[in-house]
Amino acid sequence: MELLAFGKTGWGDELFYATLMTVAVSVTAMIFGFLFALIFTPLKLSKYKTLNFVGNFYTTVIRGVPELLVIYLLFFGGSGAVMYVASIFGYYEYIEINAFITGAVAIGIISGAYSTEVFRGAIQSIDNGQFEAAKVLGISKFVQFYKIILPQMLRLAIPNLSNVWQITLKDTSLISVTGLVEIMRQSYIAAGSTRDPLFFYSFAAVLYLLLTYISMKLINKLEVKYSRGY
Amino acid sequence: MDFDLMITSFPKLLGATVVTLKLLSASLFFGLFLGLFFAILRLNKNIFVNKFAYGYSYVFRGTPLLVQIFIIYFGLGQIEYLRSTVLWVVLKEPYWCAIIAFTLNTGAYTSEILRSAFQTIKPGIIEAGKSLGISNKIIFYKIQIPIAIRQSLPAYGNEIILMMKGTSLASTVTLMDLTGVAKYIISTTFKPIEVFIVAGGIYLFMTFIIHNVIKYLEKKYSFQQ
Repeated sequence: MELLAFGKTGWGDELFYATLMTVAVSVTAMIFGFLFALIFTPLKLSKYKTLNFVGNFYTTVIRGVPELLVIYLLFFGGSGAVMYVASIFGYYEYIEINAFITGAVAIGIISGAYSTEVFRGAIQSIDNGQFEAAKVLGISKFVQFYKIILPQMLRLAIPNLSNVWQITLKDTSLISVTGLVEIMRQSYIAAGSTRDPLFFYSFAAVLYLLLTYISMKLINKLEVKYSRGY
Repeated sequence: MDFDLMITSFPKLLGATVVTLKLLSASLFFGLFLGLFFAILRLNKNIFVNKFAYGYSYVFRGTPLLVQIFIIYFGLGQIEYLRSTVLWVVLKEPYWCAIIAFTLNTGAYTSEILRSAFQTIKPGIIEAGKSLGISNKIIFYKIQIPIAIRQSLPAYGNEIILMMKGTSLASTVTLMDLTGVAKYIISTTFKPIEVFIVAGGIYLFMTFIIHNVIKYLEKKYSFQQ
């Protein structure tokens, strides 16, 4: 137990901050994912073949390639790409992107592909009559989306989004390869310096279980809220 | 774009694909039996057996695969007693550690898929079997299992693809699978995009094949025929 003490003697406080880091990366990645989904869902539902292709390409490639490979691509290629863009604007210094941003973007791209599929499914399952009724009533596209489609969509999407959240949370463990100190990395460091990998990795597993358990409870509440009237 | 690098790295990556496929097929093979075993336990009426199977699937689905591999590869070696047993022959090899971790992981997901497939079988079908005087054992092997397999094909196809992506984690325990070799080439040449295209292409090709095989099986075993 003294291994988990807070302060200088134990690893309790380090692991606590690492847990916060995992949550922070997961939330950021989830938000990035929503942004990607916001761009690619309309593309996938578009009438135009080329836009359709772009949307399908994104979800197929990202869901068919291991997460680790995507992370390596961004980890090794990320700063190069940013430096290339900067060089167009006449900035030639070395730019280093921090591990948090790289990790959050990489996991965000992955989580975005899953979110896109969830949103596409949810929109497609809304009855066509709803769109037509809104049109007949002369409701603007904007209000139609926010007041009619979105509330119905969320009810259908929340159970699936909760799966996406679980996947995102677990995928953040892979960012440890880039050196960002989250649960997995901190356990690795602790295991290395105390020579007690069994304890620390098991403890990491417990922390992840705790996170998934708590988030399940919270999401269940949301689910109840959005399914009022059904 | 460095096309020469893409061409020279292709055979190396293709060789590493063999390792990936070996890991995948071994863990799917053992995982299917483990999954079936735990799915049957889940359907058991005894509450302890039931909870044990639920606990297994909950723990392995609630934690990242990376943690599971690390516990088995780095963690189990720490137990002195294990080092003196026959198990150590298996556990000191990263290859077998990876397969054990993947098997336990895919077993948890498979057990959930099979359980829900068993539960969607209409009671009428089993009752019909009973009223025809077929024994419980035959009902299970000849009626429930074939229907459950058909029901779970789409979900199991997804699981195979997820597992294929999961095998990339073997590279974290020093195995040179497709991702491991890709990372090695990237870190020696610093050309991530070219290597990503080739390695990603191989992974996508495998996804494509798995997807189509499952689709074919679904069609073959559909009820309509």
